[in-house]
Formats: sequence, structure tokens, C-alpha cells
Amino acid sequence: MTSTIGYGSLLLATLLAVAGMIAPILWRRTGRNAFFASALAAIVGQFAFVTVAGLTLVYALVTTDFSIRYVAMNTTRATPIYYRVTGLWGALEGSLLLWEWILVIFAALVAWQYRHRERELLPWVLFVFSGVSVFFLAVTAFASNPFETLAAVPADGRGLNPLLEDTNMLTHPPLLYTGFVGLTVPYAFAMAALITGKLDDGWVVATRKWTLTAWFFLSMGNLVGAWWSYHVLGWGGYWAWDPVENAAFMPWLPATAFLHSIQIQERRGMLKTWNLALIMLAFALTIFGTFLTRSGIISSIHAFSSGPVGLFFLGFLALVVLGSGGLLVWRAGRLRDRIELDSMVSRESAFLFGNVVLVSALFAILFGTVFPLLSEAVAGVKVSVGAPYFNGVTAPLFLALVFLMGVGPLIAWRRASWDNLRRNFLWPAAVALAAGAALAAAGVRDGYPLLALTLCVLVVAGIVFDTARAVRARRGLAGEGAWRALATITRRNQRRYGGFVVHLGFVLIVMGLAVSMSYSIEREATLDRGESLDVGRYRLTFEGLTATQQPTHVRVEGLFRAARDGRDVGVLNPALKYFPAQQSPIGRAVMRISLTEDLYVILSGFSNVEQRQATLKTLVRPMVVWIWLGGGVLTLGTLLTVWPLTRRAGAVVPAAAVAGGRMEATGG
Amino acid sequence: MWRRLVLFVVVAVPFLSLLGYGFTRDAKEIPSPLIARAAPPFTLPRFDDGAIALESQRGKVVFLNFWASWCVPCRAEAPALERAWLGYRDRGVVFVGVNIQDKDEDARAFLREFRITYPNVRDDAGKAAIDYGVWGIPETFIIDRDGRITYKHVGALGRATITAKIEEALRGVVSASEGRGEYGATR
Repeated sequence: MTSTIGYGSLLLATLLAVAGMIAPILWRRTGRNAFFASALAAIVGQFAFVTVAGLTLVYALVTTDFSIRYVAMNTTRATPIYYRVTGLWGALEGSLLLWEWILVIFAALVAWQYRHRERELLPWVLFVFSGVSVFFLAVTAFASNPFETLAAVPADGRGLNPLLEDTNMLTHPPLLYTGFVGLTVPYAFAMAALITGKLDDGWVVATRKWTLTAWFFLSMGNLVGAWWSYHVLGWGGYWAWDPVENAAFMPWLPATAFLHSIQIQERRGMLKTWNLALIMLAFALTIFGTFLTRSGIISSIHAFSSGPVGLFFLGFLALVVLGSGGLLVWRAGRLRDRIELDSMVSRESAFLFGNVVLVSALFAILFGTVFPLLSEAVAGVKVSVGAPYFNGVTAPLFLALVFLMGVGPLIAWRRASWDNLRRNFLWPAAVALAAGAALAAAGVRDGYPLLALTLCVLVVAGIVFDTARAVRARRGLAGEGAWRALATITRRNQRRYGGFVVHLGFVLIVMGLAVSMSYSIEREATLDRGESLDVGRYRLTFEGLTATQQPTHVRVEGLFRAARDGRDVGVLNPALKYFPAQQSPIGRAVMRISLTEDLYVILSGFSNVEQRQATLKTLVRPMVVWIWLGGGVLTLGTLLTVWPLTRRAGAVVPAAAVAGGRMEATGG
Repeated sequence: MWRRLVLFVVVAVPFLSLLGYGFTRDAKEIPSPLIARAAPPFTLPRFDDGAIALESQRGKVVFLNFWASWCVPCRAEAPALERAWLGYRDRGVVFVGVNIQDKDEDARAFLREFRITYPNVRDDAGKAAIDYGVWGIPETFIIDRDGRITYKHVGALGRATITAKIEEALRGVVSASEGRGEYGATR
């Protein structure tokens, strides 16, 4: 019964999605507004039916209805209720349903928000949404049906992959999917602009907040994934350049480039084709990422079970790439930019360089990700490229990006004069150089971290100087106190100051990455009881093993007393968890976290509980916390940018003009 | 417009084809990086007296077989190996069995049972097995006269493959990929 309701809803939603694609075409042909209403209704209907399907699956999971195959595979009677709910995205079928669910939620929100505006674009936006929805519905209904029933109902289910029994499971997949799916909004508007030929900035302005929101979710999805990897996978790292991590990260790059280059389009009417291409690329990469994860064509630790789904995704990817690209080429004649770049030293060119860097990083990562396939196709030998390639290629690019992040927001539009450069960069550059010299004196001598930290200081100093100057100007103008003045200028120009805060968050992340990647210490040893191991300033003394029976597994814990510089800092108890259905144990690393460094301890083996001998791996990784703090600051910055602090209608466009005007004034 | 279209198609279509090609491959299969590389040297004690150093066999084709007495596919291939050895011993080919993860008396019993006459060595510390990246047994490496690995085989070998691959090694032909036996390797 449950299965019938769920599957029936999926089929009805599929029909409505097809109708949602036909209605805009008829509206265009006949001009009758009834078809416009049908397009809207089709979206609302899809939202309703997919919600029913989603809730049905959640209900089946929560009530452990093992007559449904998906439920039997992903829950057990012992599974706590919240992991039953997260079972919705614990495997292939459910995760695609969740994707579709988020998609129709976005579609419904867009339809509702723009129902009285954008009359020309909206039907085609909804057309694209319904088109994407048809695909995901067809996949869930015909290739990976989450409501498939079992002839014989098992007594108990098999349960989630134990690695997924983690609180991050509550956040990481939904965040990432929201980011992926959120990019559908600007993509749909871009396609609508191409279809209708209404190629002014309308679609860019209309979707700016949506794009930023999607970008934010994408950033957080990646960060939480890194956090999960660091805290749960127990290898001491947060990023392995695994194909699926790359798949999640790649759309972030063109999305970030897009967020910046649309500002040039808004302000200078340039880069129209480029922006369309970027958003298509970002959207295509979300499909590509899903394809990689679900098709099994590239070996990865994240692989979902594969099946015919991969072929569906490849077909859809081909449609998206060839369709969007074809449309762009077809309209290229109408997309001539009005203006040429005035100077190489200007905000436009800084943004443009940033774009080039981001897209280069994207192609470098894409190349590395598909390299095993490429080498096998061309040379007949499968060659994987690993972290050294990715780190080596991307590190200089990201450093360049940090530099441009320091320059971009401060430099003048059009053409920066010497006066402008001196005024905006003299002090930040002096502070950064002084900081660099101080760091070098303090022992940071390696090129990459030294350069990265110096550039980070440049960015921060630039932001502080610029903001301080604006605050002073405001105080002079209105006689407000410093904090009051800061609040005023922030409220008046949310995009600029929100953007600054996002940049500060990004700086924290870069600092954490640069230092933790360059100055980590790693030790591995087998200890008898009472023996100890020194790592950095820490000494770990092995005090024994305990084994306990947990509801779903047996847990073997090692007890290690940690001392820092000779002072006792408590007992760490990394564990190995033995699940009956798994061949190898799941490690549970523990760590002692502080602002300066994390002590990370992994129990990698033990001879047996009686012999009391344990093998441990331990790392001291400095400043990892800064990465997660950066994520928090990123969140604040995004909120500051998107949150409607002022209630003026259409506040965004004047705000942009104010920012530009002020910068031009300072640029002389 | 046509120029752009062609340019776009030239980029997009091969990329999509590459992804499609991925479906015809098994992503999980990891080929041996050892093929066409120099064989890692070792010196190991024989079951009878003395020791064998791989380097001293330079100039001959070496048929290197990792085995253990408890391994079922090793038993399956043992007669074929001995027969092949008898056929090739006068043609500049030397067979070396490397016994790993085994008890001495069991290993000797195995050699007696199958009347193995080619030299066998003990890798008690497992160092050679690690150097050769042995994951399961039996695994066989064929090394040419210059000390280069020309072929790796995972699982039991049959007569036809042994002959074909030794002939290739004698001619210095390097196989493109590793082979698999009709039995999967056991661990």
C-alpha cells in the first residue's frame, strides 16, 4: 500500500512534469494565458506529488516497512529514528528522490516568487525546471525505484553503511544537494534568456540571491564533507582528491567565478557569453558529479551501487551539454559585448583574472579526475593521478586567487590610477610584507605557507583599511559612533560588506589549509602497555584496551593518556568498531582540538585484548580548526549579503550603483 | 556561428564519448604497475641447502611463482608448473617457487606430493611478497633475460598460458596487462 502511494505519486508527478514542458510551448504558440497558468500549476502539482512520495518513503523508513526493498536495505529494527530518516539519502534510490524533492521545492519557490514578474522569462524557466524534473522522475520511476517491493518480507533489514551512522549524515548530503540543485535556478533563467532572446541583465539580476544561496550551500556541503572525512573516516586528513570529492568541488569553481563575473556584466555590460557559459558549466558539472558517483565508471571510495542509472545520467548530461551549448552558439550573434576592457589594471581585469584562475583550476581538476579513463582509452593503461598532482596544480592557482581577492574589491573600475593604487594598497601591502617578514623570522620559511599567509594578511588588511576609511567618512558625514557607522554602511551596501565577510571566511580556510598541510607531524607505533610515543609536543602513553558490546557492533577501545609539554591533558580513547555485516572494522579516531593544533589519534590495530598491545597512528595538525571557523564566517557573510536588512523594493540595483560610484570617486 | 558550433562539438563530443567508453571498462580493476619494470631483487634461502639470488639468474628467463601449501589454486596449478619446467629447463628458463605464509613441514610435504623439482625458496619475512605486491596466491611473474617483468598472472595457471607467456618473455615481449586464472586468487 505504502509502496503504491509512493510509486503512484512519482508517476503522476512525471506526467505533470511532461505537461509542464508542453504548456510553455503552447503558450508561446497560442499566446493564451491559460497555458501560462498550466505551466505554474504543473510545477505546484509536481511539488505536491513528489512531497507525497518523499514523505511516503520517510514514513516507510521510520516504520521499518521491510516489504519495500529500499527500506530493508537501509534500516534495521535497531536503527535509531534519526538514522532511519537519513536513510532517505543513504543509498542511490532515495538520494535521487531527495534530489528531485529539493528540485521541485526550488521550482515551486521560484514559481511563487516570480508569478507576477518576469512574465516573459518565467514560462521558460519553469520549462527547464520541468525538463530537469522529468529526467529525475524518470530515473526514480524507471531505473532506480525507491518503492520497489520485496516478494518475501525479511524479518529485519540490512541497515545503513556504518560510516553513514554519523551526525554529519544529517547535514552533509542535504547541504550538498541543495547547493547542486540550487544552481538549477540561475541555469534555468539563463536558458530562458537564451530561448526568448531576452539577453539583457534581467536574468542575472533576478537570480543573484538564488545563485549566492546555492553557492553557499555548495561551499558548506563541501566543508561539512571535509569535516566528516576528518572526524569520521579516521585517516587524519580532510580532503583526498577522491573523484567524488572532486565532483562535489568542481561546480563550486564556475559558480564562484559566475558570482564575480556577473558583477561585471551588471556594471559594465561585459562578459555576457562568458557568464552564460559559466552557469551552464556549473549546472552540467552538478549532473556530471552525480553521474560520476552513480555510474561507477571511475573507482572511488564513495561509489553508490551502480546500474542502468549511469546510462540515464550520461544521456542527460549529453543533452544538457549539447543542448545548452548549441543554444549559446545559436544566440552568440546577439551577445556581442558593448564595451571593451579599458585597462589591465582595473577591477574588471582583476575579476577576469580571477575567473581565468578558477576555470583553470576546474579544468585541471576535471582532467585529473577523468585521467584514469583517458589514459586507458588512449594508451590502454589505467593511470590514476593522486593528491600530488592535484595539490601541485591547484596550490599556485589558489594562491593567485587569494592575491586577486586582496586586489579585486579595492581596485578602481575601468582604469586604476597610480593615486588609486597608492591610496588603496600602500598600507595593506606594507602590513602584508611586514607580516611576511615577521613570519619568516618566526620560522615559517617554506615558500607556499609563507606566501599563502602573507597574501591572507594582504586580503585582511585591505578589507580592514577600506572599511575603516568608509566608517571614518560616515562618521564625518553623520556624526555617528564607530559601530553605528559600521552598521550603517553595512546596511547600505550589504553586498559589499557581506562579500568582505565571506572573503574573511575564505581567508581563514586558506590559512587553515596552508598551515595544516605544510606543518603536520605524523607518527605510527606499536606500543605495549605502559609504553609511550612522542609526537610534536605531545607524549601518548598506552594504558590498556577495553572491549564492549554495543547495540549494533563490538567496540574495542584503546586508552591513551596524553601529555602536552609534560602536562597531563587527559585520556584519549580511539576505537575500532566491528560490525557483523562488515569485513573490516570501522575506526573511530579521537582528537584533542584547539585553535593552534589538533592532536589526532587513530587505533589502527591491536594484537588481542589480553596481550594488551596496540598499534596507533597519531598526527599533530596545526590550525585545522581555522578551516571550520572559516565555514562559520562564510555563513555569516552570506547571511549578511542575502538577508533583507533594508525593506526598499529593488534595493539591490541602487546598492550596486552606490558601490561603484564610491569606488570611482576614490579612484579619481 | 558554424565555426563556434564545430569548435564546441569538437570539445564536447569526445568528452562525452570518453564517459561513455567508461561503461565498457571495469573501474575497480587495478593493473599491476610492475609489468615492464625491473623485477625487485631478492636473495632467499632454498628448502634444500643454499640460497637463490634473483640477480644471479640474469640472462635467463625467470618464472617466479608465489605459493603456499594451504592454497587450493596453488595445488591446482602445481602439476602444470612442474611439467612446464621439465619442458623449458634446457631452454634458458629457470623456475623459482617462493613459498609464503606457510609452515615448513607443510611446504615440504607439498613439494614432495607434487614431485616438484625446480628450486623453491622460503620468504618467511614476506619481504619479496611485499616487493612484488602479492595480494593473494598464487601469483606468478615472468621476468625476461634483462631482469624486466614481462607478465603478471593472478590465480592458477594452465599449460597454454604458461607456454605462451614464457615464449613471449624469451622474445622480450611485454604483456599489456596482467592475466587472471580460472580460479580467483585466495587470501
